[in-house]
Amino acid sequence: MIVAFYFALVLAIGWYLKGRANTGEDFFMAGREMTAWIAGLSFLSANLGALELMGWAAATYQYGILATHWYWIGAIPAMLFLALVMMPFYYISKAHSVPAYLKLRFGEPTRALSAISFAFMTVLMSGINMYSMALVMKVVLGWDIHFSIWASSLTVALYVALGGLRSAIFNEVLQFVLIWAGALLIPILGLIETGGWENLKLQIAHNASPEYTHLWSTLGSFNNNPMGIHWTGIVFGLGFVISFGYWTTDFLVVQRVLTARDLRSAKLAPVIGAAFKMMVPIIVILPGLLGLAVLPVKLTAETSAVASGGHSYNEVLPLMLARYCGPGLLGLGVTALIAGFMSGMAGNVSAFTTVWTYDIYRALINGKAGDHHYVNMGRWCTILGVLISVGTAYLVMSFASIMDYVQALFSFFMAPLFGTVVLGMLWKRATGPGGFWGLLAGTLSSIGMWAWVKVDPAALRYVALSPNARDMAENMYRALWSWIVCVLVTVVVSIMTEPISDGELHGLVYGMTAIPLEDEVPLHHRPWFWAAVVGVVFVVLNLLVW
Amino acid sequence: MHDRGISIWFFIGLSLLVNGILITGAGIWEIFRPPANPVVLYRLHASLWWGILLFGFGLRSSIRFAPGRNAEERKGAL
Repeated sequence: MIVAFYFALVLAIGWYLKGRANTGEDFFMAGREMTAWIAGLSFLSANLGALELMGWAAATYQYGILATHWYWIGAIPAMLFLALVMMPFYYISKAHSVPAYLKLRFGEPTRALSAISFAFMTVLMSGINMYSMALVMKVVLGWDIHFSIWASSLTVALYVALGGLRSAIFNEVLQFVLIWAGALLIPILGLIETGGWENLKLQIAHNASPEYTHLWSTLGSFNNNPMGIHWTGIVFGLGFVISFGYWTTDFLVVQRVLTARDLRSAKLAPVIGAAFKMMVPIIVILPGLLGLAVLPVKLTAETSAVASGGHSYNEVLPLMLARYCGPGLLGLGVTALIAGFMSGMAGNVSAFTTVWTYDIYRALINGKAGDHHYVNMGRWCTILGVLISVGTAYLVMSFASIMDYVQALFSFFMAPLFGTVVLGMLWKRATGPGGFWGLLAGTLSSIGMWAWVKVDPAALRYVALSPNARDMAENMYRALWSWIVCVLVTVVVSIMTEPISDGELHGLVYGMTAIPLEDEVPLHHRPWFWAAVVGVVFVVLNLLVW
Repeated sequence: MHDRGISIWFFIGLSLLVNGILITGAGIWEIFRPPANPVVLYRLHASLWWGILLFGFGLRSSIRFAPGRNAEERKGAL
């Protein structure tokens, strides 16, 4: 009944908002009227998809508390950098997307390259989200996997096609609250059962290893931690390149902040998102750790679980849910998981729709149509994007190993894109050809390194600096190298080509853009103040579980 | 998001309210009809107190952001 009510409510919100999505600005940018809170929560919620909830709880069971790095150093510095440094350029340029900013800064070829790679990656991610959701419904509710895929995807298609980005954002905020309402009981009851944090650590040390509860102290060597990673990979690969690439240039999340009603709200939104992001480990990492301590069965990798008929790492969150929650709470918990999956899928679909309509269709195919035509294109594209995602979900189902390539795909496109965008914003000498060739070289080098290791596994010692590095570590280092290649090629080509005139860079580059001062608002309304608070809490949290 | 149409916080309040009622109901039912295979920590009756908590938050938000209330009445809203 709780799940049915949730589906009815999200559809009702889409239906209610359909009258407020008649213009391109309304449909694709939610009218640019969101408060900092709504933009910030939506910014975070769009990221809370299947891979976040199930995937990182599973990764925690597998690698221990190291998975928290993806929530703290792998997110917080980048979110604060987006808020304070990059947001003014995105916002003042009035770009409707990241590829649109690249068009203004570097020209059409760079926009086309980034838009096409983004659209490809987004649809694939959406399909994987969908497959993971269907898997949960099958495991927890016993629903048919095909019914789950079609029911959830058609619901998302309907509410986004009806109400556009505003509907996606409204539902993402609702989903964010439901995720917390449904998942927070697991860590609360889990800590009661284990007798608190210190006892939990003792039980994990007994069942697994004491290294599973240390965030930094085991990263001095590749061999001392369950992930096989060195601190340089975490700090430079994850904390710098991958994290900054995702949180500052992935349009899926940046689009939410661009809907803010003014620059101060746009700067505050990522700070609010960062504050909540720091707390997400409570409902994702803690259940994974609790699973290590209290679950009577040993979870294994997906392939072993299928072969033995046992449970896989991916089931740790549903298993913990079923451990503590009776019928009513289980319904809410399952709704929380479904909400997470749907918010991730809606985020992918709405971002894909905007990039396809504005940066591919209008830029490359039909640039002379009226606003109404593009809104209709957006609605149809939403349906089409969901159908392609359904196809991808079935593809993932048929070839389970595709799941392993998701993180790799991510590093192909996001790390070099961050190099291009950050040079574009901070270095006025970067030119159009520099941006294009840098982005292309970074992407191709990343794909090349991945293929090199696939063909010759011994190459891992060069790409990831150690033959013992695991997949995660390899992704971190590959991202770092591809970012360096992108930056070097951009710099060299830019120096060899004619500079862009100052007039063309107005509002796009640091030093050429007048950023409004914030002197007139009280201290507690200033983004800088709250960013400093979040920064201090971030440091303290890392020290607490060092 | 408040001056035009219904606030998102009203929808959230409504959702918590309905979920709170259903979960509290399930919690009360469990007290009188204990399940054959109770969950771990069943004795704490988490359904009951968590349901009441959601109901309280939901009721507060539903009233505060109800359609028809003007911006001044929602002062301090997010």
